[in-house]
Amino acid sequence: MSEHTHTDAAGVEHVESADAAAAVQEEHAGAIVARDEHGEIETHYANPGLAPHIYRRSDIDKTAAQRREREVATLFGLSTIGTLIFLVSYFVFKPADKQGNSNQLLSTVHYSTLGLGLGMGLALFCIGAGAIHWAKTLMPDDEIVQERHPMHSSAEERAGAVEALKEGAAGAGLGRRKLIRNSLLGAMAPLGLLALVPLRDLGPLPGASLAYTAWRKGVRLVSDPSRNPIKAEEVPIGGVVHVMPEGIDKMPNPLDEEAKAAAIVIRLAPDELHERPDRRGWDYNGIVCYSKICTHVGCPVGLYEQQTHHLLCPCHQSTFDVTHNCEVVFGPAGRPLPQLKISVDSEGYLVADQDFQEPVGPSYWFRGEN
Amino acid sequence: MAMLEKAAAQVGGTIDDRFGAAGWIKKTARKVFPDHWSFMLGEIALYSFIILLLTGTFLTLWFQPSQSEVVYHGAYTPLQGLKMSQAYESTLRISFDVRGGLIMRQIHHWAALIFVSAMVVHLCRIFFTGAFRKPRETNWIIGTILLTLALIEGLAGYSLPDDLLSGTGLRITEGVLLSLPLVGTYLSYFLFGGQFPGDDLIARLYTAHVLLIPGIFLALITVHVMLVWYQKHTQYPLPGRTEKNAVGYPFFPVYTAKAGGFFFITFGVTALLSSVATINPIWLFGPYKPGEVSDGTQPDWYMGFLEGSLRMMPPWEIRAWGYTVPMNVLVPALIVPGFMFTALGLYPFIERWVTGDDREHHILDRPRNVPTRTGLGVLAISFWLILLAGGANDLFAITFHLSINSITRAFQVLIIVIPPISYVVTKRICLGLQRRDREKVLHGRETGIIQRLPDGEMIEVHEPISDTEKWMLTQHLSRRPLELEPDTDDNGIPRRRLLLSKARARVSRFYFEDRVEPPTPAEVREIETSGHH
Ligand code: HEM
Ligand code: FES
Repeated sequence: MSEHTHTDAAGVEHVESADAAAAVQEEHAGAIVARDEHGEIETHYANPGLAPHIYRRSDIDKTAAQRREREVATLFGLSTIGTLIFLVSYFVFKPADKQGNSNQLLSTVHYSTLGLGLGMGLALFCIGAGAIHWAKTLMPDDEIVQERHPMHSSAEERAGAVEALKEGAAGAGLGRRKLIRNSLLGAMAPLGLLALVPLRDLGPLPGASLAYTAWRKGVRLVSDPSRNPIKAEEVPIGGVVHVMPEGIDKMPNPLDEEAKAAAIVIRLAPDELHERPDRRGWDYNGIVCYSKICTHVGCPVGLYEQQTHHLLCPCHQSTFDVTHNCEVVFGPAGRPLPQLKISVDSEGYLVADQDFQEPVGPSYWFRGEN
Repeated sequence: MAMLEKAAAQVGGTIDDRFGAAGWIKKTARKVFPDHWSFMLGEIALYSFIILLLTGTFLTLWFQPSQSEVVYHGAYTPLQGLKMSQAYESTLRISFDVRGGLIMRQIHHWAALIFVSAMVVHLCRIFFTGAFRKPRETNWIIGTILLTLALIEGLAGYSLPDDLLSGTGLRITEGVLLSLPLVGTYLSYFLFGGQFPGDDLIARLYTAHVLLIPGIFLALITVHVMLVWYQKHTQYPLPGRTEKNAVGYPFFPVYTAKAGGFFFITFGVTALLSSVATINPIWLFGPYKPGEVSDGTQPDWYMGFLEGSLRMMPPWEIRAWGYTVPMNVLVPALIVPGFMFTALGLYPFIERWVTGDDREHHILDRPRNVPTRTGLGVLAISFWLILLAGGANDLFAITFHLSINSITRAFQVLIIVIPPISYVVTKRICLGLQRRDREKVLHGRETGIIQRLPDGEMIEVHEPISDTEKWMLTQHLSRRPLELEPDTDDNGIPRRRLLLSKARARVSRFYFEDRVEPPTPAEVREIETSGHH
């Protein structure tokens, strides 16, 4: 019974038995050893042809088929129940009513999400499961054989196509009318500029803006995020304060400024401080200040280990040694964190003495060699 | 039933009168689709894309792609009074105030993860079965572009809510752009509209995320699927399947029901998953602030390989003639992935060049029968998996109480050592399996029964296998290395492009030197008649 159909070039469907097809293949395949132009060996047993068709219970047993039908209908019915669950959940759970109490809000949102998701999932899943069960058990499962033709067209057709193109090109005179061809190319080539040039205003040119931050001589260090100035004697040994320059919130683009100016203040015991000779005096009584922007790709270096005095970047674990000028002791960062020179003002608050002396954050082509 | 048939005829008539579609409908309805579970992987990707379109459109109804600062006065009290962007505020609103908003967000995000996962597994199926060979190279290229775009689309989408986690991802993106020699700062300023983070990025990402990239997706996916249709699906080497036919079920009704049903199953499973598994709870992370970071940050999984690549790179920076090239960023974040995706896209053409094979292939390879390709595939996967695992080095350190330093060092060694080892081992396994297949054809299946011959020798009884099985185990091509053509042609004139053909012969030897010939029927017959088992 395993018939198969194929459509010939004229679109006519042929129906043959599988045995006939197998016989044809045998002619091609057989036990032959042939070597093609690439030296490949083609070794073949004859393709045995389609396996005999195996009938399903539902093909031969009417009650089995009826049972399958009921199963499919049950799945579709479950889907309807899913939709009901979805609708009920939508109207029962109203998170917006729970304003003001975050625990109640979260639990209502949780049940709402659960109910809507389960309902929706059930509604969709059961339609799919029903359709597939239907296809697998009740729709015909005879395998059909169709011919496959090589993708390329016949030689005549190809020659015809080439001819048509040649004729067209000759008609346009592309070869002869060089002036038209060249001026057309000349007109097309710069068209890309129409798209590219207007993109110029996507952003300003960088200039030197990456090299400077909001720190200036005399600007107070204020804690982040509370924005309180810091008295030097209030920083205990081992103490850590995340700082920003005072007044940063009133600058034109505060977030851009924060992204460069973020810094961290740490107080070391005098014997723990190993300053570079050229940076002697950049600390104030053992209080040092370093950029918090990682020199790898710019995450804030937020983790300070009290015992080792290491600053750790959570993004790719670059580790900087605060006792040794924040040099890189581990990880992919290529440079130490830049240091901010600090002192105190007349009221005893920590202030910057100058801006960072090198660009903070990730390296880039124009940052120079320092 | 009769009524249904009448209606069908009527509708068919109406359509045919206008579009002359009867011939097309007849051919389409009976079009054969080969069936195999592994052919569903691409379908999952397609259906996830549709799910993303549907849920994404729902999210756009409330989402505000703006970095304008607002003060939060919404339902979720822990963030009360905080300054945040409108993007973050509107995502909170979708999660807490819009009924069904959170489930849609979670379905959208899970569908994105499933989308990329399905693409990756689908790609592996195509690779290891050789389905990329002529005439299907175009679809391989389209697939490579889709995968690359999916990573960008995912990064853009993940960044839209403008929470602390995704902002950190954008900061890393800025750092990576800056690493490009000469143009880096310009590109970054053009993308962000100036300094990081600026005010423009979320709006720009939004356009890319909901219009530009989905539009390209839609076009490419359409071509991809139309090509599958037009070139007909490949099939596994099973009885009755040849290079000249397609065996399977008709498009209507069986394939329609199965594929349509599978769409609903994919959507249903994604919804069930999203109802129980929280994903990206942005209210816990807080709004983005450039000076803050949460520890243990992890990107979506498909970005993990870049994260790992950045983490295991040694701290090399080149500083010379007044310029800086941060190799520690440029190499792991741009050069390595650039190389990976280029190699991926070019592979079909490399293999075609090596084999010099210009024929069409519609019967799939069993991976063991192409040991070098399979080995190279496993090499690539192992490289990628180690990068991915490297992105979780802090989790390994915490879980196994090891120092992060030694874990990272270990990854630096593994990334160099493991891929070549995986190649060699995989190739050996393939050749071993081929040898076993050969034995099976020649001597039959081992039964485990030991027999003692009259002369006292002990042998294992072998049971002959069927002709069908013999065919299945020997139907493949067993390629040999290309012979090097002589340096001069018949007239003694030196051949052109000698170096290239030498290189080709060498690569061909690398591919096909180690080989196991499938036995020929003649060999088998000889053994059978000579009285062996
Ligand atoms: C095709 C691949 C797509 C991928 C991989 C993808 C991925 C993502 C991801 C990971 C998110 C973050 C979700 C979260 O909040 O946890 C997101 C957000 C979003 N996506 Fe998509 N998406 C895709 C397509 C689309 C499409 C076609 C649309 C709209 C037509 C869309 C609209 C949105 C919107 C509005 C958001 C932000 C809203 C929110 O996060 O709550 N996405 N996308
Ligand atoms: S950003 Fe700090 S280690 Fe990468």
